[in-house]
Amino acid sequence: MKEQEYINDLKEIKDIMNRSSRFLSLSGLSGISAGICALIGAYFAYDILFNIGYDRNFIGEKKINALVLIGVLTLVTAIVSALYFTLNEAKKNNQKLWDLQAKRLLINLFIPLATGGILTLSLVEKGFIGLAAPLTLIFYGLALVNASKYTNSELRGLGIFEIILGLLASQFIGYGLWFWIVGFGFLHIAYGCYMYFNTKK
Amino acid sequence: MKDLLNDLNKAFENKVRLGIMAALVVNEYLDFNSLKELLGVTDGNLASHLKSLEKSEFVSVRKEFLNRKPNTKYAATEEGRIAFSKHIKAIENLLK
Repeated sequence: MKEQEYINDLKEIKDIMNRSSRFLSLSGLSGISAGICALIGAYFAYDILFNIGYDRNFIGEKKINALVLIGVLTLVTAIVSALYFTLNEAKKNNQKLWDLQAKRLLINLFIPLATGGILTLSLVEKGFIGLAAPLTLIFYGLALVNASKYTNSELRGLGIFEIILGLLASQFIGYGLWFWIVGFGFLHIAYGCYMYFNTKK
Repeated sequence: MKDLLNDLNKAFENKVRLGIMAALVVNEYLDFNSLKELLGVTDGNLASHLKSLEKSEFVSVRKEFLNRKPNTKYAATEEGRIAFSKHIKAIENLLK
């Protein structure tokens, strides 16, 4: 009898530690929706990069501007859709979306992410377009690894995959879009599905 | 067996106190309201347990003003962290 009490105590302690230090409302659907946004964005980027419908001489600044615009739009829709599903999940769990844990998660996510984003933009501006894919993947992966301490620990695995993919991409400059599709599209969807089915129990 | 029981800390025998420590060791600090929400206890209950933990110097208190409203931050002391992990280890050993 005493033993059962202690086991319950330990369970409760673990639960309190988790709830108080981690943001647990990340939904698997958020990952899936972000992945789908990435794939749609990649489709438009592909169109601009390779479609013959465009003038072959239409390269340089205009093309890069269009690509950056697509990138930003993709990022925004991915964030908004992920936020929507997270909000739903938080409501279901009766948790507040904006609390200490969420704040901590976002700060720790955005420090590496913003560093990588700014670095990539300034390099692209100087003409190192080929570095965009590996750098974004690597910094995104680092951001996820860093943020995973403050949310579901599975995020760490996704981050490590993104880093590996980014390093690989640095060996195959020129195929950046394909690495993007795998990293931001398929990996997100795979992670989202994994989370969705694993946390439902 | 006797050694094992000695490691169980009397200060943590109460559930609320154990909960407070659990929350504080994984967070840099928490304020009164977050602790209350987390543990689902009443103001008075939480305050008295915090006081006793403060007395045994397992918890430190810092009062601040946030937009002119008083805001009290609680943190686990080094001593409290050590005592808590000892207590948990003792429970784990008992269950072995």
